[in-house]
Amino acid sequence: MKIPIIIDNKMVKVDRGTPVLLAARKADIFIPTLCYHELLEPYGACRLCIVEVVQNRQRRLVTSCNYPAEPGMEVFTDTDPVRKIRKVLVELLLARCSEVPVVQKLARRMGIETSELKKKETKECVLCGLCVRFCEEVVSVSAIGLSNRGIEREVTTPFKTASDTCIGCGSCSYICPTGCIEMVPDKTPGMREMHMGKLTLEPCTNHYQCENCSTDQQFLNNLKKEVTRFRDTFSRFRNQES
Amino acid sequence: MDKAAIDSIIEKYESKHENIIAILQDVQTLENYLPEETLRYIARKMELCLTRIFDITTFYKAFSLVPRGRHVIKVCCGTACHLGGSVSNIDQIKRTLRIKEGEPTEDRMFSFETVNCLGACALAPVVAVDDEYHEAVDAGKIEKILSTYEQEEDK
Ligand code: SF4
Ligand code: SF4
Ligand code: FES
Repeated sequence: MKIPIIIDNKMVKVDRGTPVLLAARKADIFIPTLCYHELLEPYGACRLCIVEVVQNRQRRLVTSCNYPAEPGMEVFTDTDPVRKIRKVLVELLLARCSEVPVVQKLARRMGIETSELKKKETKECVLCGLCVRFCEEVVSVSAIGLSNRGIEREVTTPFKTASDTCIGCGSCSYICPTGCIEMVPDKTPGMREMHMGKLTLEPCTNHYQCENCSTDQQFLNNLKKEVTRFRDTFSRFRNQES
Repeated sequence: MDKAAIDSIIEKYESKHENIIAILQDVQTLENYLPEETLRYIARKMELCLTRIFDITTFYKAFSLVPRGRHVIKVCCGTACHLGGSVSNIDQIKRTLRIKEGEPTEDRMFSFETVNCLGACALAPVVAVDDEYHEAVDAGKIEKILSTYEQEEDK
Protein backbone atom coordinates (compact mmCIF):
# COMPACT_ATOMS: atom_id res chain seq x y z
CA MET A 1 0.00 0.00 0.00
CA LYS A 2 1.41 3.36 -0.99
CA ILE A 3 1.28 6.13 1.55
CA PRO A 4 1.95 9.83 1.02
CA ILE A 5 4.63 11.57 3.08
CA ILE A 6 5.81 15.15 2.84
CA ILE A 7 9.51 15.86 2.45
CA ASP A 8 10.62 19.48 2.29
CA ASN A 9 7.09 20.46 1.25
CA LYS A 10 7.05 17.94 -1.59
CA MET A 11 4.64 15.04 -1.53
CA VAL A 12 6.03 11.56 -2.28
CA LYS A 13 4.14 8.28 -2.39
CA VAL A 14 6.05 5.27 -1.13
CA ASP A 15 5.36 1.90 0.42
CA ARG A 16 4.77 2.03 4.16
CA GLY A 17 8.05 1.31 5.95
CA THR A 18 10.34 2.47 3.13
CA PRO A 19 13.39 4.20 4.60
CA VAL A 20 12.88 7.97 4.54
CA LEU A 21 16.18 8.27 2.68
CA LEU A 22 14.84 6.34 -0.29
CA ALA A 23 11.63 8.33 -0.28
CA ALA A 24 13.69 11.51 -0.44
CA ARG A 25 15.78 10.16 -3.29
CA LYS A 26 12.57 9.41 -5.14
CA ALA A 27 11.66 13.07 -4.81
CA ASP A 28 15.14 14.11 -5.98
CA ILE A 29 16.04 15.51 -2.59
CA PHE A 30 19.69 15.10 -1.68
CA ILE A 31 20.62 13.65 1.70
CA PRO A 32 24.31 12.92 2.28
CA THR A 33 25.20 9.36 3.25
CA LEU A 34 28.33 7.40 3.89
CA CYS A 35 27.44 4.07 5.42
CA TYR A 36 24.37 3.39 3.28
CA HIS A 37 24.55 0.98 0.34
CA GLU A 38 21.63 -0.26 -1.78
CA LEU A 39 22.74 -3.88 -1.48
CA LEU A 40 23.03 -3.88 2.29
CA GLU A 41 20.75 -3.56 5.28
CA PRO A 42 20.72 0.00 6.67
CA TYR A 43 23.18 0.36 9.52
CA GLY A 44 22.90 3.89 10.88
CA ALA A 45 26.56 4.32 11.72
CA CYS A 46 27.72 7.53 10.06
CA ARG A 47 24.72 9.69 11.10
CA LEU A 48 25.24 11.93 8.04
CA CYS A 49 21.76 11.18 6.72
CA ILE A 50 20.18 12.84 9.74
CA VAL A 51 16.87 14.66 9.14
CA GLU A 52 14.09 16.19 11.21
CA VAL A 53 10.83 14.31 11.34
CA VAL A 54 7.50 15.62 12.59
CA GLN A 55 5.22 12.82 13.65
CA ASN A 56 2.24 12.90 16.03
CA ARG A 57 3.08 16.54 16.67
CA GLN A 58 6.54 15.59 17.89
CA ARG A 59 9.71 16.85 16.28
CA ARG A 60 12.70 14.50 16.31
CA LEU A 61 16.11 14.10 14.75
CA VAL A 62 16.48 10.67 13.14
CA THR A 63 18.77 8.93 10.69
CA SER A 64 16.81 8.69 7.46
CA CYS A 65 18.52 5.55 6.11
CA ASN A 66 16.87 3.37 8.74
CA TYR A 67 13.78 5.38 9.64
CA PRO A 68 10.57 3.94 8.17
CA ALA A 69 8.03 6.09 6.36
CA GLU A 70 4.69 6.23 8.17
CA PRO A 71 1.43 7.90 7.14
CA GLY A 72 1.09 11.54 8.12
CA MET A 73 4.78 12.14 8.67
CA GLU A 74 6.56 15.26 7.55
CA VAL A 75 10.30 15.37 6.93
CA PHE A 76 12.69 18.32 6.81
CA THR A 77 16.11 17.59 5.38
CA ASP A 78 17.77 20.97 5.51
CA THR A 79 16.96 22.75 8.77
CA ASP A 80 19.43 24.57 11.02
CA PRO A 81 19.90 21.74 13.54
CA VAL A 82 20.39 19.23 10.71
CA ARG A 83 22.98 21.42 9.00
CA LYS A 84 24.80 22.03 12.25
CA ILE A 85 25.07 18.34 13.11
CA ARG A 86 26.17 17.36 9.61
CA LYS A 87 28.83 20.05 9.65
CA VAL A 88 30.35 18.70 12.84
CA LEU A 89 30.25 15.16 11.47
CA VAL A 90 31.93 16.11 8.22
CA GLU A 91 34.60 18.07 10.06
CA LEU A 92 35.34 15.05 12.20
CA LEU A 93 35.55 12.87 9.11
CA LEU A 94 37.82 15.37 7.44
CA ALA A 95 40.12 15.33 10.44
CA ARG A 96 40.22 11.58 10.34
CA CYS A 97 40.83 11.18 6.62
CA SER A 98 41.66 14.44 4.95
CA GLU A 99 42.76 12.93 1.67
CA VAL A 100 39.83 10.67 0.93
CA PRO A 101 37.93 11.91 -2.15
CA VAL A 102 34.48 10.86 -0.87
CA VAL A 103 34.98 12.84 2.30
CA GLN A 104 36.44 15.83 0.48
CA LYS A 105 33.45 15.87 -1.85
CA LEU A 106 31.02 15.75 1.07
CA ALA A 107 32.86 18.59 2.74
CA ARG A 108 32.85 20.75 -0.40
CA ARG A 109 29.16 20.17 -0.88
CA MET A 110 28.60 21.43 2.63
CA GLY A 111 30.85 24.42 2.15
CA ILE A 112 33.59 23.22 4.46
CA GLU A 113 37.11 23.81 3.23
CA THR A 114 39.34 22.56 5.98
CA SER A 115 38.65 21.10 9.35
CA GLU A 116 39.76 23.13 12.33
CA LEU A 117 40.31 19.94 14.21
CA LYS A 118 43.73 18.42 14.48
CA LYS A 119 44.51 16.02 11.68
CA LYS A 120 45.14 12.47 12.66
CA GLU A 121 45.99 10.63 9.47
CA THR A 122 45.35 11.05 5.79
CA LYS A 123 43.15 8.01 5.49
CA GLU A 124 41.80 5.99 8.31
CA CYS A 125 38.93 3.63 8.91
CA VAL A 126 35.75 5.53 9.76
CA LEU A 127 34.00 2.41 11.11
CA CYS A 128 31.19 2.66 8.58
CA GLY A 129 30.95 -1.12 8.61
CA LEU A 130 30.49 -1.37 4.83
CA CYS A 131 33.28 -3.92 4.42
CA VAL A 132 32.04 -6.06 7.30
CA ARG A 133 28.44 -6.01 6.10
CA PHE A 134 29.38 -6.65 2.49
CA CYS A 135 31.49 -9.63 3.48
CA GLU A 136 28.60 -10.96 5.54
CA GLU A 137 25.51 -10.09 3.51
CA VAL A 138 26.74 -10.33 -0.06
CA VAL A 139 29.83 -12.54 -0.02
CA SER A 140 28.32 -14.65 2.80
CA VAL A 141 31.72 -15.28 4.31
CA SER A 142 31.96 -13.03 7.39
CA ALA A 143 35.72 -13.16 7.46
CA ILE A 144 36.02 -9.76 9.08
CA GLY A 145 34.17 -8.07 11.89
CA LEU A 146 34.15 -4.99 14.09
CA SER A 147 35.83 -5.93 17.32
CA ASN A 148 36.39 -4.12 20.61
CA ARG A 149 34.49 -0.99 21.52
CA GLY A 150 34.82 2.74 21.89
CA ILE A 151 38.09 4.20 20.69
CA GLU A 152 39.54 0.72 20.30
CA ARG A 153 36.88 -0.41 17.81
CA GLU A 154 38.44 -1.74 14.63
CA VAL A 155 37.87 -3.88 11.59
CA THR A 156 39.72 -7.12 11.93
CA THR A 157 39.66 -10.87 11.49
CA PRO A 158 39.05 -13.17 14.49
CA PHE A 159 42.16 -13.14 16.73
CA LYS A 160 43.78 -10.71 14.29
CA THR A 161 45.42 -13.51 12.39
CA ALA A 162 45.19 -14.66 8.81
CA SER A 163 41.60 -15.62 8.19
CA ASP A 164 40.87 -19.18 7.19
CA THR A 165 37.54 -18.24 5.64
CA CYS A 166 38.41 -15.15 3.58
CA ILE A 167 38.23 -16.00 -0.10
CA GLY A 168 40.26 -12.99 -1.14
CA CYS A 169 37.48 -11.62 -3.33
CA GLY A 170 38.53 -8.04 -2.62
CA SER A 171 34.96 -6.83 -2.10
CA CYS A 172 35.87 -5.23 1.19
CA SER A 173 38.70 -3.34 -0.44
CA TYR A 174 36.43 -2.27 -3.30
CA ILE A 175 33.60 -0.99 -1.12
CA CYS A 176 35.70 0.76 1.52
CA PRO A 177 35.11 4.50 1.08
CA THR A 178 38.37 5.50 2.72
CA GLY A 179 40.67 3.10 0.91
CA CYS A 180 42.11 1.70 4.09
CA ILE A 181 41.73 -1.93 3.02
CA GLU A 182 44.18 -2.46 0.22
CA MET A 183 44.99 -5.30 -2.09
CA VAL A 184 48.55 -4.70 -3.11
CA PRO A 185 51.21 -6.49 -5.11
CA ASP A 186 53.32 -8.77 -2.97
CA LYS A 187 57.12 -8.70 -2.93
CA THR A 188 57.01 -11.71 -5.25
CA PRO A 189 56.02 -10.58 -8.75
CA GLY A 190 52.47 -11.51 -9.75
CA MET A 191 51.41 -12.16 -6.17
CA ARG A 192 48.99 -10.11 -4.10
CA GLU A 193 48.43 -9.54 -0.43
CA MET A 194 45.86 -7.64 1.59
CA HIS A 195 46.43 -4.84 4.04
CA MET A 196 43.73 -4.15 6.54
CA GLY A 197 44.72 -1.12 8.56
CA LYS A 198 47.62 -2.31 10.66
CA LEU A 199 46.99 -5.93 9.77
CA THR A 200 48.38 -7.79 6.82
CA LEU A 201 46.17 -10.59 5.63
CA GLU A 202 47.61 -13.53 3.84
CA PRO A 203 44.75 -15.97 3.95
CA CYS A 204 45.04 -17.40 0.45
CA THR A 205 47.86 -19.86 0.05
CA ASN A 206 47.81 -19.17 -3.65
CA HIS A 207 48.22 -15.41 -3.08
CA TYR A 208 44.85 -14.68 -4.71
CA GLN A 209 46.01 -15.85 -8.10
CA CYS A 210 42.51 -17.01 -8.86
CA GLU A 211 43.31 -17.56 -12.53
CA ASN A 212 45.90 -20.22 -11.72
CA CYS A 213 44.20 -21.75 -8.74
CA SER A 214 43.24 -25.42 -8.84
CA THR A 215 40.11 -24.74 -6.79
CA ASP A 216 39.03 -22.24 -9.38
CA GLN A 217 39.94 -24.50 -12.30
CA GLN A 218 37.64 -27.14 -10.89
CA PHE A 219 34.92 -24.56 -10.46
CA LEU A 220 35.39 -23.23 -13.99
CA ASN A 221 35.27 -26.71 -15.49
CA ASN A 222 32.04 -27.45 -13.66
CA LEU A 223 30.63 -24.15 -14.78
CA LYS A 224 31.57 -24.86 -18.41
CA LYS A 225 29.87 -28.24 -18.18
CA GLU A 226 26.73 -26.66 -16.76
CA VAL A 227 26.62 -24.03 -19.48
CA THR A 228 27.05 -26.63 -22.24
CA ARG A 229 24.31 -28.74 -20.73
CA PHE A 230 22.00 -25.75 -20.53
CA ARG A 231 22.73 -24.79 -24.16
CA ASP A 232 22.03 -28.33 -25.31
CA THR A 233 18.67 -28.51 -23.61
CA PHE A 234 17.85 -25.05 -24.80
CA SER A 235 18.61 -25.79 -28.47
CA ARG A 236 16.68 -29.04 -28.29
CA PHE A 237 13.75 -27.14 -26.88
CA ARG A 238 13.95 -24.61 -29.71
CA ASN A 239 14.10 -27.34 -32.37
CA GLN A 240 10.98 -28.86 -30.93
CA GLU A 241 9.23 -25.51 -31.11
CA SER A 242 9.92 -24.89 -34.79
CA MET B 1 39.87 -27.96 26.91
CA ASP B 2 37.14 -30.05 28.49
CA LYS B 3 35.06 -30.85 25.43
CA ALA B 4 32.40 -32.82 27.30
CA ALA B 5 31.80 -29.98 29.75
CA ILE B 6 31.61 -27.42 26.96
CA ASP B 7 29.25 -29.64 25.00
CA SER B 8 26.94 -29.90 27.98
CA ILE B 9 26.92 -26.11 28.41
CA ILE B 10 25.98 -25.70 24.76
CA GLU B 11 23.37 -28.41 25.21
CA LYS B 12 21.94 -26.63 28.23
CA TYR B 13 21.20 -23.60 26.06
CA GLU B 14 19.90 -25.78 23.24
CA SER B 15 22.74 -24.60 21.01
CA LYS B 16 20.69 -21.50 20.24
CA HIS B 17 22.62 -18.65 18.67
CA GLU B 18 20.78 -16.03 20.70
CA ASN B 19 22.12 -17.65 23.88
CA ILE B 20 25.73 -17.20 22.89
CA ILE B 21 26.49 -14.65 25.62
CA ALA B 22 25.17 -16.93 28.35
CA ILE B 23 27.12 -19.83 26.87
CA LEU B 24 30.34 -17.83 26.78
CA GLN B 25 29.80 -16.71 30.38
CA ASP B 26 29.42 -20.29 31.56
CA VAL B 27 32.44 -21.41 29.55
CA GLN B 28 34.48 -18.60 31.04
CA THR B 29 33.47 -19.66 34.55
CA LEU B 30 34.56 -23.18 33.63
CA GLU B 31 37.87 -22.33 32.03
CA ASN B 32 38.72 -19.08 33.85
CA TYR B 33 39.10 -17.29 30.52
CA LEU B 34 38.18 -17.86 26.87
CA PRO B 35 41.06 -19.55 25.04
CA GLU B 36 41.20 -19.22 21.26
CA GLU B 37 41.02 -22.97 20.81
CA THR B 38 37.81 -23.16 22.85
CA LEU B 39 36.16 -20.33 20.92
CA ARG B 40 37.02 -22.01 17.63
CA TYR B 41 35.50 -25.22 18.96
CA ILE B 42 32.28 -23.46 20.05
CA ALA B 43 32.00 -21.76 16.65
CA ARG B 44 32.28 -25.09 14.85
CA LYS B 45 29.99 -26.90 17.23
CA MET B 46 27.25 -24.29 17.14
CA GLU B 47 27.73 -23.47 13.47
CA LEU B 48 28.13 -19.86 14.46
CA CYS B 49 30.57 -17.62 12.68
CA LEU B 50 33.84 -17.16 14.56
CA THR B 51 33.90 -13.48 13.59
CA ARG B 52 30.65 -12.92 15.50
CA ILE B 53 32.01 -14.70 18.58
CA PHE B 54 35.25 -12.73 18.47
CA ASP B 55 33.34 -9.45 18.13
CA ILE B 56 31.15 -10.30 21.13
CA THR B 57 34.00 -11.41 23.35
CA THR B 58 36.03 -8.28 22.60
CA PHE B 59 33.01 -5.99 23.01
CA TYR B 60 32.11 -6.97 26.57
CA LYS B 61 34.63 -6.22 29.27
CA ALA B 62 33.39 -9.18 31.29
CA PHE B 63 35.00 -11.56 28.80
CA SER B 64 38.71 -12.20 28.85
CA LEU B 65 40.71 -13.72 26.02
CA VAL B 66 43.83 -13.96 28.14
CA PRO B 67 44.31 -16.03 31.30
CA ARG B 68 43.12 -14.40 34.49
CA GLY B 69 44.33 -14.94 38.02
CA ARG B 70 42.52 -17.26 40.41
CA HIS B 71 41.43 -14.10 42.19
CA VAL B 72 40.28 -11.23 40.03
CA ILE B 73 40.74 -7.80 41.55
CA LYS B 74 38.36 -5.15 40.28
CA VAL B 75 39.22 -1.55 41.01
CA CYS B 76 36.29 0.80 40.67
CA CYS B 77 37.05 3.98 38.73
CA GLY B 78 33.62 5.58 38.99
CA THR B 79 33.37 9.24 39.94
CA ALA B 80 33.17 8.73 43.69
CA CYS B 81 36.01 6.19 43.73
CA HIS B 82 38.14 8.27 41.39
CA LEU B 83 37.83 11.29 43.67
CA GLY B 84 38.51 9.08 46.65
CA GLY B 85 41.85 8.01 45.17
CA SER B 86 41.37 4.89 43.05
CA VAL B 87 44.30 6.00 40.88
CA SER B 88 46.78 5.56 43.69
CA ASN B 89 45.19 2.22 44.57
CA ILE B 90 45.80 1.07 41.00
CA ASP B 91 49.42 2.21 41.17
CA GLN B 92 49.87 0.37 44.44
CA ILE B 93 48.41 -2.86 43.03
CA LYS B 94 50.64 -2.62 39.98
CA ARG B 95 53.68 -2.05 42.19
CA THR B 96 52.86 -4.80 44.67
CA LEU B 97 51.99 -7.49 42.14
CA ARG B 98 54.28 -6.25 39.36
CA ILE B 99 51.58 -6.68 36.71
CA LYS B 100 49.82 -4.53 34.16
CA GLU B 101 46.05 -4.24 33.83
CA GLY B 102 44.46 -7.39 32.45
CA GLU B 103 47.59 -9.45 33.05
CA PRO B 104 47.90 -12.28 35.59
CA THR B 105 50.72 -12.58 38.11
CA GLU B 106 53.36 -15.19 37.37
CA ASP B 107 51.80 -17.70 39.79
CA ARG B 108 48.34 -16.97 38.33
CA MET B 109 47.23 -15.95 41.80
CA PHE B 110 45.88 -12.50 40.90
CA SER B 111 44.96 -10.41 37.95
CA PHE B 112 43.39 -6.99 38.07
CA GLU B 113 41.11 -4.91 35.94
CA THR B 114 39.47 -1.54 36.25
CA VAL B 115 35.70 -1.17 36.06
CA ASN B 116 33.63 1.91 35.55
CA CYS B 117 31.23 1.57 38.45
CA LEU B 118 30.53 -1.21 40.89
CA GLY B 119 27.43 0.60 42.11
CA ALA B 120 28.68 0.94 45.66
CA CYS B 121 29.59 4.63 45.69
CA ALA B 122 28.90 4.99 49.42
CA LEU B 123 31.83 2.64 50.08
CA ALA B 124 34.25 4.59 47.87
CA PRO B 125 36.99 3.92 46.99
CA VAL B 126 36.01 0.32 46.39
CA VAL B 127 38.28 -2.57 45.49
CA ALA B 128 36.51 -5.87 44.86
CA VAL B 129 38.35 -9.17 44.96
CA ASP B 130 36.22 -11.86 43.33
CA ASP B 131 32.81 -11.20 44.90
CA GLU B 132 34.09 -9.57 48.05
CA TYR B 133 33.90 -5.78 48.34
CA HIS B 134 36.52 -3.89 50.30
CA GLU B 135 35.46 -0.39 51.28
CA ALA B 136 37.33 2.86 51.79
CA VAL B 137 40.53 1.38 50.49
CA ASP B 138 43.67 3.47 50.36
CA ALA B 139 47.07 2.53 49.01
CA GLY B 140 48.27 1.51 52.46
CA LYS B 141 45.59 -1.15 52.81
CA ILE B 142 46.22 -2.87 49.50
CA GLU B 143 49.00 -5.16 50.64
CA LYS B 144 47.02 -6.25 53.69
CA ILE B 145 43.95 -7.08 51.63
CA LEU B 146 45.94 -9.09 49.11
CA SER B 147 47.85 -10.99 51.76
CA THR B 148 44.62 -12.35 53.28
CA TYR B 149 43.96 -14.14 50.00
CA GLU B 150 47.50 -15.44 49.85
CA GLN B 151 47.20 -16.82 53.39
CA GLU B 152 43.91 -18.48 52.52
CA GLU B 153 45.56 -20.28 49.65
CA ASP B 154 48.50 -21.34 51.76
CA LYS B 155 46.20 -23.15 54.16
S1 SF4 C 1 38.37 -10.33 0.52
FE1 SF4 C 1 37.93 -11.65 2.29
S2 SF4 C 1 37.38 -10.21 3.91
FE2 SF4 C 1 37.22 -9.09 1.99
S3 SF4 C 1 35.06 -9.28 1.38
FE3 SF4 C 1 36.20 -10.94 0.36
S4 SF4 C 1 36.00 -12.69 1.74
FE4 SF4 C 1 35.45 -10.86 2.94
S1 SF4 D 1 37.67 -0.51 6.58
FE1 SF4 D 1 36.65 0.91 5.18
S2 SF4 D 1 34.66 -0.03 4.72
FE2 SF4 D 1 35.48 -1.06 6.54
S3 SF4 D 1 34.58 0.07 8.25
FE3 SF4 D 1 36.59 1.00 7.85
S4 SF4 D 1 36.16 2.70 6.44
FE4 SF4 D 1 34.33 1.39 6.44
S1 FES E 1 23.69 6.68 5.85
FE1 FES E 1 22.32 6.76 7.50
S2 FES E 1 23.65 6.67 9.20
FE2 FES E 1 25.02 6.43 7.55
